[in-house]
Amino acid sequence: MTVAEQVRTDPEGFLLDPSDWTRDLGEQIAAENGISELTDRHWQVIEFMRERYLATGNAPSIRSLGKESGVPVKELYQLFPKGPAKLAAKIGGIPKPRGCI
Amino acid sequence: MTTTLDRPLAQPELEPPEARTIDKVAIVVSKGSLEGIYPGLIMANGARMEGIEAELFFTFFGLDAIRKDRQAKIKVATVGNPGLHMPTLLGALPGFSAVATKMMARQMAKLDIPPIPEFVELVADSGAGIYACKATVEMFGLTEADFVPQLTGIATVGEFYALAAGGQIIFT
Repeated sequence: MTVAEQVRTDPEGFLLDPSDWTRDLGEQIAAENGISELTDRHWQVIEFMRERYLATGNAPSIRSLGKESGVPVKELYQLFPKGPAKLAAKIGGIPKPRGCI
Repeated sequence: MTTTLDRPLAQPELEPPEARTIDKVAIVVSKGSLEGIYPGLIMANGARMEGIEAELFFTFFGLDAIRKDRQAKIKVATVGNPGLHMPTLLGALPGFSAVATKMMARQMAKLDIPPIPEFVELVADSGAGIYACKATVEMFGLTEADFVPQLTGIATVGEFYALAAGGQIIFT
């Protein structure tokens, strides 16, 4: 079953309800988006994104992600080449970050 | 007399929406004021955030954005800038540009927009190329040593076009 068949998502595949999320689902979203294996470093970013969103209602910018997640910007792009903030948010089951930075 | 077009100006494209994406951008930054430099940096960073390849080409006074000695001193242009909605003579008063710059910096910090030196580093770390225009470098008598360490290289216009090939070129 694809992710979209299990939970409600927006047209781009972001979960509509963050509480539908599980780690297994996160792994499946990653696989569907070209990341076949999530390492501890991936999880560090994903968990930081998710926790920050659940605590503040906003996903962190790429700037604060690079400064505060413990994973520097260069590595963020190695881990998530198609856009770290966007992909980590998707895998972490939170809405697409809408900031410009 | 008025004439009526018998067909729409733009023909609607029939490609499926998912096929219409931008994969690569090459951004030219040609102005050395704060408001001349930020848009290019924001667009380059925004491109990388979407997984779009980005190259930045700094030319003329835009070079100040990547010059070691000038990068941290970039100011808002308060003279000849109708966007500020104030008399030009006022903008020419000593220190006015510094005050306007400080005010804008405070506003940008609130929005998590980094100062220019940090922003150039962020964009470079995100994988965007940082190029200085060779003609301008020669005109100003500069060398690679005058630029911040994020400089990818000094490029001719021809080399820039080669780098930009297959993508969109944005002039700011």
